[in-house]
Amino acid sequence: MEPDLVASVQESDITLLKSSEDIMEVAISVVLPRLLPLQIEIMVSGLINANPIVDIKDPEHPYSLEELKVISEDAIEVDNERSYVRVTFTPTVEHCSMATVIGLCLRVKLMRSLPSHYKMDIRVAPGTHATEAAVNKQLNDKERVAAALENPNLLDMVDECLAPSYA
Amino acid sequence: MEFLDANLELKEIQKLQGHTDRVWSIAWNPATAAANVPTVFASCSGDKTVRIWEQSPSTLSWDCKAVLEETHTRTVRSCAWSPSGKLLATASFDATTAIWENVGGDFECLSTLEGHENEVKCVSWNASGSLLATCGRDKTVWIWEVMPGNEFECIQVLQGHTQDVKMVRWHPTMDILFSCSYDNTVKVWWSEDDDGDWSCVQTLGESSYGHSSTVWSLDFNAKGDKLVTCSDDLTLKIWEADITMMQSGDGYAPWNHLCTLSGYHDRTIFSVHWSREGIIASGAADDAVRLFVQSKDGSMNEPSYQLLLKKEKAHEMDINSVQWCHGEEKRLLASASDDGTIKVWELATLS
Repeated sequence: MEPDLVASVQESDITLLKSSEDIMEVAISVVLPRLLPLQIEIMVSGLINANPIVDIKDPEHPYSLEELKVISEDAIEVDNERSYVRVTFTPTVEHCSMATVIGLCLRVKLMRSLPSHYKMDIRVAPGTHATEAAVNKQLNDKERVAAALENPNLLDMVDECLAPSYA
Repeated sequence: MEFLDANLELKEIQKLQGHTDRVWSIAWNPATAAANVPTVFASCSGDKTVRIWEQSPSTLSWDCKAVLEETHTRTVRSCAWSPSGKLLATASFDATTAIWENVGGDFECLSTLEGHENEVKCVSWNASGSLLATCGRDKTVWIWEVMPGNEFECIQVLQGHTQDVKMVRWHPTMDILFSCSYDNTVKVWWSEDDDGDWSCVQTLGESSYGHSSTVWSLDFNAKGDKLVTCSDDLTLKIWEADITMMQSGDGYAPWNHLCTLSGYHDRTIFSVHWSREGIIASGAADDAVRLFVQSKDGSMNEPSYQLLLKKEKAHEMDINSVQWCHGEEKRLLASASDDGTIKVWELATLS
């Protein structure tokens, strides 16, 4: 069955998201519990599999990244000489919180998979999202990311999202 | 400037390990680095502790003298010594600011300042040590008065920034407070009378040649008539004001943009510090330390600044803080990094 990210966010959440200033905080409390774990694993493993610089852990997945339309191979730029990675992803849902959550999971997965001296930039594909500048700014502010990840609830949820699940 | 003619290098004196997570900030104790007093500095980390480092008079190496732990329950983001060097203030993501006193080698927590709604990002003492300022993700700046018996009272909560406030710093000679933020601006806070209300008297934003992304840090030159700011927009900006006018009580003198140093950094600049002799040090997310000085050929009205030297791969990861030591003998610089280490450097002539 095809995963449907849109259906997982309810109308009341949308109102809350639109009036919220702190995107990441709302994302933590509202959106993350609804994100289907398998989707994140697919996105991220596909990213890593596409690039030989990291150890490949290759579980089988029923959906390709193209089918999910979240990440395509040319959306990943890797510069091994400068130890730099840039990931551009297209959130399938308009809500800023969902985009932030996906971006945060991507960042955590990369942090755990790449050597520590690698620099990374995560961003929403230009033109695909109404508040992309705001989302990109939060995702690339390492102090904000560090503070968010100190929230044990968020960390648990991110771990759950990144854990392989074959349900 | 004599620096431009000399053949200088930033020599690594020591690499200090001990913290088990990224080191966010360092602060040299202002009362030390005098003759016959061993140099001391504090560092704070994502490992929730603060470490005190002291230079041994015999070996000249820095050793960790104390670990301040079990007080903050989250990352300690910033630390600052009072001007007398007797107290240390530490700001944490746990939304508190702790005040410590050195009691015969042991550091005791005297007081915990509460009030911020979430992560406190920075703490700063004014020049006389009578006031303390803190700032945080709740977009506010708090001013605290130091009362007798080491009690602290919040005298005002300053609203104005529209986003996370990253850093606060008091002017070196006057009670004027500066704050910089995720909202891309620097705000100047001033109280006309001693007992009066503090208010924002100036905002250095994009419309006044300000930064186009998060401003992470700022510092002043020794005289206090120039200000340097650093940002996620990859530039350093120098500002100046008519300080003599302010000091003579003729009201507030605004800060004006003097120049922008662009093209030198390709990743976020997290820290900037101006030495007593006029060398600006920057620490950035590209793991490098850069030093800038005023150019010789700038005109009187339009001074310009240039790169003195660049230390690539100063650390293995992002540099979060650079701080000049105010000691007279050697030109020492300390740097703190995401790699969990602190390095002490000496700016010396190439041997």
